Amino acid sequence: MSIPFYVSPEQLMQDKAEYARKGIARGKSIVALEYDKGIVLVAENPSQLSKIGEIYDRIAFAGVGKFSEFDQLRKIGVRFCDVKGYAYSREDVRAKALANAYSQAIGDVFTREFKPLELEVIVAEVGDPRLVGHEDNVMYRVQFDGSISDHRGWCGIGGTVESIESYLKNHFRAALPLGEALRLGRDALVAAANGSTGIAPERLEVCTLDRERPGRKFRRASADEVRAILA
Amino acid sequence: MFFRSKYSGSSFVELLDVDFPHLRPSPSERWVTEGAAAPAIPHGTTVLAMRCADGVLVAGDRLATEGHRVASRDVQKVYATDAHSLIAIAGAAGPCIEMARMLRVVLEHYEKIEGEPLELEGKANKLSQMVRANLPAAMQGLVVVPIFAGYDVRRRVGRLWKYDVTGGRYEETEFDASGSGGLYARESLKKAWRPDIPREDALRLALQALADAADEDRATGGVDTARGIFPIVAFCTAAGVQEVDRETIERVYSQQVVVARVRAPGGGP
Repeated sequence: MSIPFYVSPEQLMQDKAEYARKGIARGKSIVALEYDKGIVLVAENPSQLSKIGEIYDRIAFAGVGKFSEFDQLRKIGVRFCDVKGYAYSREDVRAKALANAYSQAIGDVFTREFKPLELEVIVAEVGDPRLVGHEDNVMYRVQFDGSISDHRGWCGIGGTVESIESYLKNHFRAALPLGEALRLGRDALVAAANGSTGIAPERLEVCTLDRERPGRKFRRASADEVRAILA
Repeated sequence: MFFRSKYSGSSFVELLDVDFPHLRPSPSERWVTEGAAAPAIPHGTTVLAMRCADGVLVAGDRLATEGHRVASRDVQKVYATDAHSLIAIAGAAGPCIEMARMLRVVLEHYEKIEGEPLELEGKANKLSQMVRANLPAAMQGLVVVPIFAGYDVRRRVGRLWKYDVTGGRYEETEFDASGSGGLYARESLKKAWRPDIPREDALRLALQALADAADEDRATGGVDTARGIFPIVAFCTAAGVQEVDRETIERVYSQQVVVARVRAPGGGP
Protein backbone atom coordinates (compact mmCIF):
# COMPACT_ATOMS: atom_id res chain seq x y z
CA MET A 1 0.00 0.00 0.00
CA SER A 2 1.35 3.37 -0.99
CA ILE A 3 1.42 6.15 1.57
CA PRO A 4 0.04 9.43 0.17
CA PHE A 5 2.27 12.46 0.48
CA TYR A 6 1.10 15.11 2.89
CA VAL A 7 0.55 18.48 1.21
CA SER A 8 -0.59 21.36 3.38
CA PRO A 9 -3.85 23.07 2.31
CA GLU A 10 -1.99 26.39 2.01
CA GLN A 11 0.50 24.85 -0.38
CA LEU A 12 -2.26 23.15 -2.37
CA MET A 13 -4.24 26.39 -2.82
CA GLN A 14 -1.12 28.34 -3.68
CA ASP A 15 -0.15 25.82 -6.34
CA LYS A 16 -3.63 25.87 -7.83
CA ALA A 17 -3.74 29.65 -7.85
CA GLU A 18 -0.35 29.87 -9.49
CA TYR A 19 -1.40 27.35 -12.12
CA ALA A 20 -4.59 29.31 -12.89
CA ARG A 21 -2.78 32.67 -12.99
CA LYS A 22 -0.24 31.31 -15.44
CA GLY A 23 -2.99 30.05 -17.74
CA ILE A 24 -4.82 33.38 -17.62
CA ALA A 25 -1.66 35.43 -18.21
CA ARG A 26 -1.07 33.64 -21.52
CA GLY A 27 -4.06 35.40 -23.13
CA LYS A 28 -4.86 39.05 -23.73
CA SER A 29 -6.80 41.22 -21.31
CA ILE A 30 -10.28 42.68 -21.74
CA VAL A 31 -11.70 45.94 -20.44
CA ALA A 32 -15.29 47.17 -19.98
CA LEU A 33 -16.00 50.89 -19.63
CA GLU A 34 -19.07 52.94 -18.92
CA TYR A 35 -19.80 55.60 -21.54
CA ASP A 36 -22.60 58.15 -21.90
CA LYS A 37 -25.14 55.67 -23.32
CA GLY A 38 -24.15 52.44 -21.62
CA ILE A 39 -21.20 50.07 -21.40
CA VAL A 40 -18.59 49.23 -24.04
CA LEU A 41 -16.51 46.05 -23.85
CA VAL A 42 -13.17 45.98 -25.68
CA ALA A 43 -10.88 43.02 -26.32
CA GLU A 44 -7.85 42.49 -28.52
CA ASN A 45 -8.98 39.45 -30.47
CA PRO A 46 -7.95 38.89 -34.09
CA SER A 47 -9.69 35.48 -34.26
CA GLN A 48 -13.27 34.59 -35.21
CA LEU A 49 -13.89 33.04 -31.79
CA SER A 50 -15.52 35.66 -29.62
CA LYS A 51 -14.56 36.42 -26.07
CA ILE A 52 -17.49 38.77 -25.53
CA GLY A 53 -21.08 37.61 -25.77
CA GLU A 54 -24.71 38.47 -25.16
CA ILE A 55 -26.34 36.89 -22.13
CA TYR A 56 -29.70 38.63 -21.84
CA ASP A 57 -31.56 41.87 -22.65
CA ARG A 58 -29.23 44.09 -20.62
CA ILE A 59 -26.44 41.70 -19.69
CA ALA A 60 -23.14 40.95 -21.45
CA PHE A 61 -20.32 38.52 -20.74
CA ALA A 62 -16.59 38.67 -21.35
CA GLY A 63 -14.03 36.00 -20.56
CA VAL A 64 -10.26 35.59 -20.63
CA GLY A 65 -8.17 32.46 -20.18
CA LYS A 66 -8.92 29.09 -21.68
CA PHE A 67 -11.49 29.52 -24.46
CA SER A 68 -13.24 26.18 -23.99
CA GLU A 69 -13.73 26.88 -20.29
CA PHE A 70 -15.06 30.43 -20.41
CA ASP A 71 -17.19 29.78 -23.48
CA GLN A 72 -18.80 26.91 -21.60
CA LEU A 73 -19.48 29.32 -18.76
CA ARG A 74 -21.03 31.82 -21.18
CA LYS A 75 -23.44 29.19 -22.51
CA ILE A 76 -24.39 28.13 -19.00
CA GLY A 77 -25.10 31.81 -18.26
CA VAL A 78 -27.37 32.10 -21.31
CA ARG A 79 -29.29 28.99 -20.20
CA PHE A 80 -29.54 30.23 -16.61
CA CYS A 81 -30.94 33.60 -17.71
CA ASP A 82 -33.26 32.38 -20.47
CA VAL A 83 -34.88 29.84 -18.15
CA LYS A 84 -35.26 32.44 -15.42
CA GLY A 85 -36.76 35.02 -17.78
CA TYR A 86 -39.13 32.41 -19.19
CA ALA A 87 -40.27 31.20 -15.77
CA TYR A 88 -40.66 34.68 -14.26
CA SER A 89 -40.32 37.96 -16.16
CA ARG A 90 -37.57 39.47 -18.29
CA GLU A 91 -36.90 42.14 -15.64
CA ASP A 92 -36.20 39.46 -13.04
CA VAL A 93 -33.01 38.51 -14.86
CA ARG A 94 -30.23 40.47 -13.16
CA ALA A 95 -26.46 40.48 -13.41
CA LYS A 96 -26.00 40.15 -9.67
CA ALA A 97 -27.67 36.76 -9.49
CA LEU A 98 -25.67 35.53 -12.48
CA ALA A 99 -22.34 36.83 -11.15
CA ASN A 100 -23.07 35.17 -7.80
CA ALA A 101 -23.89 31.88 -9.49
CA TYR A 102 -20.63 32.11 -11.47
CA SER A 103 -18.71 32.93 -8.33
CA GLN A 104 -20.06 29.91 -6.48
CA ALA A 105 -19.61 27.51 -9.36
CA ILE A 106 -16.05 28.67 -10.11
CA GLY A 107 -15.17 28.68 -6.39
CA ASP A 108 -16.53 25.15 -6.05
CA VAL A 109 -14.32 23.91 -8.86
CA PHE A 110 -11.31 25.68 -7.33
CA THR A 111 -11.67 23.97 -3.94
CA ARG A 112 -12.97 20.55 -4.98
CA GLU A 113 -11.43 19.70 -8.30
CA PHE A 114 -7.87 18.76 -9.10
CA LYS A 115 -7.52 21.38 -11.83
CA PRO A 116 -8.88 24.90 -11.29
CA LEU A 117 -10.61 26.81 -14.08
CA GLU A 118 -8.13 29.01 -15.92
CA LEU A 119 -10.40 31.95 -16.51
CA GLU A 120 -11.70 35.29 -15.35
CA VAL A 121 -15.01 36.79 -16.41
CA ILE A 122 -16.87 40.10 -16.49
CA VAL A 123 -20.66 40.23 -16.12
CA ALA A 124 -21.89 43.69 -17.15
CA GLU A 125 -25.42 45.04 -16.94
CA VAL A 126 -26.58 48.35 -18.41
CA GLY A 127 -29.14 50.31 -16.39
CA ASP A 128 -32.68 51.02 -17.51
CA PRO A 129 -33.73 54.55 -16.48
CA ARG A 130 -37.43 53.66 -16.87
CA LEU A 131 -37.37 51.04 -14.11
CA VAL A 132 -37.12 52.14 -10.50
CA GLY A 133 -34.16 50.41 -8.87
CA HIS A 134 -32.68 49.30 -12.21
CA GLU A 135 -31.18 52.66 -13.24
CA ASP A 136 -27.49 52.01 -12.58
CA ASN A 137 -24.90 50.20 -14.64
CA VAL A 138 -23.14 47.36 -12.84
CA MET A 139 -20.01 45.40 -13.67
CA TYR A 140 -18.81 42.32 -11.81
CA ARG A 141 -15.45 40.62 -12.07
CA VAL A 142 -15.26 36.96 -11.09
CA GLN A 143 -11.80 35.40 -10.71
CA PHE A 144 -10.51 31.82 -11.06
CA ASP A 145 -10.98 31.09 -7.32
CA GLY A 146 -14.55 32.41 -7.28
CA SER A 147 -13.74 35.76 -5.70
CA ILE A 148 -16.15 38.40 -6.92
CA SER A 149 -15.96 42.19 -6.96
CA ASP A 150 -18.16 44.94 -8.36
CA HIS A 151 -16.82 47.93 -10.25
CA ARG A 152 -17.91 51.42 -11.25
CA GLY A 153 -16.53 53.27 -14.27
CA TRP A 154 -14.40 50.47 -15.65
CA CYS A 155 -13.57 46.84 -15.07
CA GLY A 156 -10.64 44.85 -16.41
CA ILE A 157 -9.80 41.14 -16.51
CA GLY A 158 -6.69 39.23 -17.58
CA GLY A 159 -3.03 38.90 -16.73
CA THR A 160 -2.26 42.61 -17.10
CA VAL A 161 -5.18 43.94 -15.11
CA GLU A 162 -2.99 45.98 -12.72
CA SER A 163 -1.51 48.00 -15.58
CA ILE A 164 -4.99 48.57 -17.04
CA GLU A 165 -6.24 49.79 -13.68
CA SER A 166 -3.36 52.19 -13.18
CA TYR A 167 -3.75 53.55 -16.72
CA LEU A 168 -7.50 54.09 -16.33
CA LYS A 169 -7.16 55.57 -12.85
CA ASN A 170 -5.35 58.50 -14.47
CA HIS A 171 -7.29 58.75 -17.73
CA PHE A 172 -10.90 57.66 -17.18
CA ARG A 173 -13.66 60.24 -17.19
CA ALA A 174 -17.37 59.58 -16.69
CA ALA A 175 -19.96 59.95 -19.50
CA LEU A 176 -17.54 59.92 -22.44
CA PRO A 177 -19.05 59.53 -25.91
CA LEU A 178 -18.64 56.05 -27.45
CA GLY A 179 -15.68 56.98 -29.68
CA GLU A 180 -13.62 58.38 -26.84
CA ALA A 181 -14.51 55.52 -24.48
CA LEU A 182 -13.47 52.99 -27.11
CA ARG A 183 -10.19 54.84 -27.77
CA LEU A 184 -9.54 54.92 -24.03
CA GLY A 185 -10.22 51.19 -23.73
CA ARG A 186 -7.89 50.44 -26.63
CA ASP A 187 -5.16 52.68 -25.17
CA ALA A 188 -5.50 50.94 -21.81
CA LEU A 189 -5.01 47.56 -23.49
CA VAL A 190 -2.01 48.91 -25.43
CA ALA A 191 -0.47 50.44 -22.30
CA ALA A 192 -0.95 47.16 -20.44
CA ALA A 193 0.62 45.00 -23.13
CA ASN A 194 4.29 45.71 -22.55
CA GLY A 195 6.07 47.01 -25.61
CA SER A 196 2.95 47.09 -27.79
CA THR A 197 2.86 49.96 -30.26
CA GLY A 198 -0.86 49.90 -30.92
CA ILE A 199 -3.77 47.67 -31.92
CA ALA A 200 -5.24 47.85 -35.42
CA PRO A 201 -9.05 48.26 -35.52
CA GLU A 202 -9.50 44.88 -37.22
CA ARG A 203 -7.82 43.18 -34.26
CA LEU A 204 -10.35 44.62 -31.82
CA GLU A 205 -13.51 42.87 -30.68
CA VAL A 206 -15.96 45.57 -29.58
CA CYS A 207 -19.44 45.08 -28.16
CA THR A 208 -21.78 47.56 -26.54
CA LEU A 209 -24.71 47.50 -24.18
CA ASP A 210 -26.54 50.53 -25.48
CA ARG A 211 -29.28 51.67 -23.11
CA GLU A 212 -31.07 53.52 -25.93
CA ARG A 213 -31.68 50.43 -28.07
CA PRO A 214 -35.16 48.93 -27.75
CA GLY A 215 -35.35 45.40 -26.30
CA ARG A 216 -31.99 43.65 -26.50
CA LYS A 217 -29.29 46.20 -25.66
CA PHE A 218 -26.31 44.09 -26.73
CA ARG A 219 -24.66 44.85 -30.04
CA ARG A 220 -21.50 43.57 -31.69
CA ALA A 221 -19.68 46.20 -33.76
CA SER A 222 -18.37 45.07 -37.14
CA ALA A 223 -14.76 45.80 -38.15
CA ASP A 224 -15.98 48.64 -40.39
CA GLU A 225 -17.99 50.15 -37.57
CA VAL A 226 -15.00 49.97 -35.20
CA ARG A 227 -12.87 51.70 -37.81
CA ALA A 228 -15.53 54.38 -38.27
CA ILE A 229 -15.94 54.94 -34.52
CA LEU A 230 -12.19 55.22 -33.99
CA ALA A 231 -11.61 57.49 -37.00
CA MET B 1 -28.79 24.59 -11.99
CA PHE B 2 -25.29 25.61 -12.68
CA PHE B 3 -22.81 22.87 -13.55
CA ARG B 4 -25.29 20.15 -12.79
CA SER B 5 -27.53 20.64 -15.81
CA LYS B 6 -27.51 17.73 -18.24
CA TYR B 7 -28.42 19.51 -21.47
CA SER B 8 -25.66 21.07 -23.55
CA GLY B 9 -27.24 21.89 -26.94
CA SER B 10 -28.75 25.05 -28.37
CA SER B 11 -32.50 24.27 -28.29
CA PHE B 12 -34.49 25.97 -25.55
CA VAL B 13 -37.36 23.49 -25.86
CA GLU B 14 -35.00 20.53 -25.33
CA LEU B 15 -33.33 22.37 -22.45
CA LEU B 16 -36.71 22.62 -20.71
CA ASP B 17 -37.56 19.01 -21.50
CA VAL B 18 -34.30 17.70 -20.06
CA ASP B 19 -33.56 19.97 -17.13
CA PHE B 20 -36.81 21.83 -16.35
CA PRO B 21 -39.75 19.57 -17.26
CA HIS B 22 -42.00 21.37 -14.74
CA LEU B 23 -41.80 24.53 -16.89
CA ARG B 24 -42.89 22.73 -20.03
CA PRO B 25 -46.54 23.03 -21.00
CA SER B 26 -47.83 19.64 -22.04
CA PRO B 27 -51.23 20.32 -23.58
CA SER B 28 -52.24 16.72 -24.09
CA GLU B 29 -51.82 15.81 -20.43
CA ARG B 30 -52.51 18.91 -18.46
CA TRP B 31 -55.09 21.04 -20.16
CA VAL B 32 -57.73 18.79 -21.55
CA THR B 33 -58.88 15.43 -20.29
CA GLU B 34 -60.04 12.79 -22.72
CA GLY B 35 -63.64 13.17 -23.84
CA ALA B 36 -64.25 16.47 -22.05
CA ALA B 37 -65.52 19.42 -24.06
CA ALA B 38 -63.10 22.31 -24.45
CA PRO B 39 -63.82 25.00 -21.86
CA ALA B 40 -64.99 28.44 -23.00
CA ILE B 41 -61.77 30.36 -23.49
CA PRO B 42 -60.84 33.52 -25.39
CA HIS B 43 -60.15 33.22 -29.10
CA GLY B 44 -58.23 35.58 -31.33
CA THR B 45 -59.63 36.13 -34.78
CA THR B 46 -58.19 37.75 -37.92
CA VAL B 47 -54.53 38.13 -38.89
CA LEU B 48 -52.91 38.55 -42.30
CA ALA B 49 -49.53 38.87 -43.98
CA MET B 50 -48.46 39.96 -47.46
CA ARG B 51 -45.29 40.38 -49.41
CA CYS B 52 -44.55 43.97 -50.35
CA ALA B 53 -41.87 45.97 -52.14
CA ASP B 54 -39.03 45.70 -49.65
CA GLY B 55 -40.18 42.86 -47.38
CA VAL B 56 -43.37 41.71 -45.72
CA LEU B 57 -46.28 43.27 -43.88
CA VAL B 58 -48.07 41.55 -41.01
CA ALA B 59 -51.29 42.81 -39.45
CA GLY B 60 -53.98 41.74 -37.01
CA ASP B 61 -57.21 43.02 -35.48
CA ARG B 62 -57.48 43.46 -31.70
CA LEU B 63 -60.56 41.52 -30.63
CA ALA B 64 -60.62 38.33 -28.57
CA THR B 65 -63.97 36.60 -28.17
CA GLU B 66 -65.25 34.00 -25.76
CA GLY B 67 -68.16 32.38 -27.55
CA HIS B 68 -70.44 35.32 -28.35
CA ARG B 69 -68.87 37.55 -25.72
CA VAL B 70 -66.03 40.01 -26.00
CA ALA B 71 -63.10 38.71 -23.97
CA SER B 72 -60.70 41.55 -24.73
CA ARG B 73 -60.86 44.56 -27.05
CA ASP B 74 -57.18 45.28 -27.37
CA VAL B 75 -55.39 41.96 -27.49
CA GLN B 76 -52.06 41.77 -29.36
CA LYS B 77 -51.86 39.17 -32.14
CA VAL B 78 -48.72 40.30 -33.97
CA TYR B 79 -45.38 39.75 -32.25
CA ALA B 80 -41.80 40.31 -33.36
CA THR B 81 -39.96 37.06 -32.68
CA ASP B 82 -36.50 38.45 -33.43
CA ALA B 83 -34.84 41.22 -35.46
CA HIS B 84 -36.07 39.81 -38.80
CA SER B 85 -39.19 37.77 -38.15
CA LEU B 86 -42.77 38.09 -36.93
CA ILE B 87 -45.55 35.79 -35.87
CA ALA B 88 -49.25 36.54 -36.16
CA ILE B 89 -51.55 34.24 -34.23
CA ALA B 90 -55.16 33.17 -34.55
CA GLY B 91 -57.01 30.63 -32.43
CA ALA B 92 -57.24 29.91 -28.70
CA ALA B 93 -55.67 33.02 -27.17
CA GLY B 94 -53.84 31.39 -24.25
CA PRO B 95 -51.88 28.76 -26.20
CA CYS B 96 -51.42 31.25 -29.07
CA ILE B 97 -49.77 33.91 -26.95
CA GLU B 98 -47.70 31.29 -25.16
CA MET B 99 -46.49 29.92 -28.50
CA ALA B 100 -45.48 33.39 -29.69
CA ARG B 101 -43.58 34.01 -26.45
CA MET B 102 -41.94 30.60 -26.60
CA LEU B 103 -40.87 31.07 -30.23
CA ARG B 104 -39.21 34.35 -29.34
CA VAL B 105 -37.24 32.71 -26.51
CA VAL B 106 -36.35 29.71 -28.70
CA LEU B 107 -34.97 31.88 -31.53
CA GLU B 108 -33.09 34.20 -29.20
CA HIS B 109 -31.65 31.29 -27.21
CA TYR B 110 -30.33 29.62 -30.34
CA GLU B 111 -28.83 32.88 -31.58
CA LYS B 112 -27.02 33.55 -28.30
CA ILE B 113 -25.71 30.01 -27.83
CA GLU B 114 -24.59 29.52 -31.44
CA GLY B 115 -23.47 33.07 -32.10
CA GLU B 116 -25.64 33.52 -35.17
CA PRO B 117 -29.38 33.43 -35.86
CA LEU B 118 -31.25 30.56 -37.52
CA GLU B 119 -32.07 30.87 -41.21
CA LEU B 120 -35.61 32.13 -41.85
CA GLU B 121 -36.60 28.68 -43.12
CA GLY B 122 -35.18 27.15 -39.93
CA LYS B 123 -37.28 29.48 -37.83
CA ALA B 124 -40.42 28.59 -39.81
CA ASN B 125 -39.64 24.89 -39.37
CA LYS B 126 -39.18 25.28 -35.61
CA LEU B 127 -42.62 26.87 -35.39
CA SER B 128 -44.01 23.96 -37.38
CA GLN B 129 -42.80 21.55 -34.68
CA MET B 130 -44.39 23.67 -31.99
CA VAL B 131 -47.75 23.72 -33.79
CA ARG B 132 -47.56 19.94 -34.27
CA ALA B 133 -46.86 19.43 -30.56
CA ASN B 134 -50.11 21.27 -29.88
CA LEU B 135 -52.15 18.85 -32.03
CA PRO B 136 -53.72 16.85 -29.14
CA ALA B 137 -55.05 20.09 -27.66
CA ALA B 138 -56.12 21.32 -31.11
CA MET B 139 -58.24 18.18 -31.55
CA GLN B 140 -60.17 19.27 -28.47
CA GLY B 141 -60.71 22.81 -29.62
CA LEU B 142 -57.55 24.61 -28.50
CA VAL B 143 -56.45 25.38 -32.04
CA VAL B 144 -53.37 27.50 -32.84
CA VAL B 145 -52.95 28.54 -36.49
CA PRO B 146 -50.18 31.10 -36.84
CA ILE B 147 -48.76 32.95 -39.80
CA PHE B 148 -44.99 33.32 -39.77
CA ALA B 149 -43.30 36.01 -41.83
CA GLY B 150 -39.92 37.63 -42.05
CA TYR B 151 -37.14 39.02 -44.14
CA ASP B 152 -34.70 36.45 -45.51
CA VAL B 153 -31.36 38.24 -45.16
CA ARG B 154 -29.55 35.68 -47.38
CA ARG B 155 -31.99 35.85 -50.30
CA ARG B 156 -32.89 39.50 -49.69
CA VAL B 157 -36.62 38.93 -49.92
CA GLY B 158 -39.69 38.92 -47.66
CA ARG B 159 -41.24 35.47 -47.10
CA LEU B 160 -44.29 34.12 -45.32
CA TRP B 161 -45.70 30.77 -44.25
CA LYS B 162 -49.11 29.55 -43.19
CA TYR B 163 -49.73 26.51 -40.99
CA ASP B 164 -52.43 23.96 -40.35
CA VAL B 165 -53.19 22.32 -36.99
CA THR B 166 -50.97 19.32 -37.74
CA GLY B 167 -47.94 21.57 -38.11
CA GLY B 168 -48.16 21.50 -41.90
CA ARG B 169 -46.19 24.42 -43.23
CA TYR B 170 -46.95 26.07 -46.56
CA GLU B 171 -44.94 28.91 -47.99
CA GLU B 172 -47.03 31.59 -49.68
CA THR B 173 -45.50 33.85 -52.28
CA GLU B 174 -48.18 36.53 -52.22
CA PHE B 175 -50.32 36.87 -49.08
CA ASP B 176 -52.35 34.92 -46.58
CA ALA B 177 -54.86 35.47 -43.80
CA SER B 178 -55.95 33.26 -40.91
CA GLY B 179 -58.60 33.12 -38.18
CA SER B 180 -62.40 33.38 -38.27
CA GLY B 181 -62.33 36.43 -40.57
CA GLY B 182 -59.36 35.17 -42.54
CA LEU B 183 -61.44 34.04 -45.48
CA TYR B 184 -62.90 37.54 -45.99
CA ALA B 185 -59.54 39.22 -45.52
CA ARG B 186 -58.01 36.90 -48.10
CA GLU B 187 -60.78 37.57 -50.60
CA SER B 188 -60.23 41.26 -50.09
CA LEU B 189 -56.47 41.03 -50.61
CA LYS B 190 -56.94 38.83 -53.65
CA LYS B 191 -58.60 41.65 -55.59
CA ALA B 192 -56.09 44.34 -54.76
CA TRP B 193 -52.69 42.82 -54.05
CA ARG B 194 -49.97 43.08 -56.71
CA PRO B 195 -46.28 42.15 -56.72
CA ASP B 196 -43.85 44.72 -55.26
CA ILE B 197 -46.67 46.76 -53.82
CA PRO B 198 -45.26 49.92 -52.19
CA ARG B 199 -45.40 50.28 -48.41
CA GLU B 200 -48.10 52.94 -48.18
CA ASP B 201 -50.38 50.93 -50.52
CA ALA B 202 -49.70 47.72 -48.60
CA LEU B 203 -50.71 49.43 -45.38
CA ARG B 204 -53.95 50.68 -46.96
CA LEU B 205 -54.71 47.22 -48.34
CA ALA B 206 -54.13 45.57 -44.97
CA LEU B 207 -56.49 47.99 -43.23
CA GLN B 208 -59.07 47.49 -45.98
CA ALA B 209 -58.83 43.71 -45.67
CA LEU B 210 -59.27 43.87 -41.90
CA ALA B 211 -62.24 46.23 -42.38
CA ASP B 212 -63.77 43.73 -44.85
CA ALA B 213 -63.23 40.91 -42.37
CA ALA B 214 -64.82 42.92 -39.54
CA ASP B 215 -67.70 43.78 -41.88
CA GLU B 216 -68.57 40.11 -42.55
CA ASP B 217 -67.31 38.32 -39.44
CA ARG B 218 -68.80 39.32 -36.07
CA ALA B 219 -65.78 37.96 -34.19
CA THR B 220 -63.32 40.24 -35.94
CA GLY B 221 -62.83 43.62 -34.32
CA GLY B 222 -63.21 46.76 -36.36
CA VAL B 223 -61.57 50.07 -35.59
CA ASP B 224 -62.79 51.54 -32.30
CA THR B 225 -62.28 55.29 -32.63
CA ALA B 226 -63.95 56.09 -29.30
CA ARG B 227 -61.46 53.94 -27.39
CA GLY B 228 -58.65 54.62 -29.85
CA ILE B 229 -58.16 50.94 -30.69
CA PHE B 230 -56.60 50.29 -34.11
CA PRO B 231 -55.20 47.15 -35.75
CA ILE B 232 -51.53 46.37 -35.23
CA VAL B 233 -49.48 46.54 -38.43
CA ALA B 234 -45.76 45.82 -38.72
CA PHE B 235 -43.30 45.70 -41.60
CA CYS B 236 -40.23 43.50 -41.76
CA THR B 237 -37.48 44.57 -44.15
CA ALA B 238 -33.69 44.41 -44.40
CA ALA B 239 -33.61 47.05 -41.66
CA GLY B 240 -35.58 44.80 -39.29
CA VAL B 241 -39.06 44.82 -37.79
CA GLN B 242 -40.81 48.18 -37.61
CA GLU B 243 -44.25 48.51 -36.08
CA VAL B 244 -46.36 51.18 -37.80
CA ASP B 245 -47.20 53.90 -35.27
CA ARG B 246 -50.80 54.52 -34.32
CA GLU B 247 -50.95 58.02 -35.82
CA THR B 248 -50.05 56.69 -39.28
CA ILE B 249 -52.62 53.89 -39.04
CA GLU B 250 -55.23 56.37 -37.85
CA ARG B 251 -54.43 58.73 -40.71
CA VAL B 252 -54.54 56.08 -43.45
CA TYR B 253 -57.67 54.57 -41.96
CA SER B 254 -59.64 57.80 -41.61
CA GLN B 255 -58.39 59.51 -44.78
CA GLN B 256 -58.42 56.55 -47.17
CA VAL B 257 -60.33 53.52 -45.90
CA VAL B 258 -63.28 55.39 -44.38
CA VAL B 259 -63.56 57.86 -47.26
CA ALA B 260 -63.65 54.99 -49.78
CA ARG B 261 -66.26 53.17 -47.72
CA VAL B 262 -68.56 56.17 -47.51
CA ARG B 263 -68.49 56.21 -51.32
CA ALA B 264 -68.88 52.42 -51.64
CA PRO B 265 -69.85 50.76 -48.31
CA GLY B 266 -69.01 47.28 -49.58
CA GLY B 267 -65.42 48.32 -50.15
CA GLY B 268 -65.71 48.42 -53.94
CA PRO B 269 -63.49 50.53 -56.16
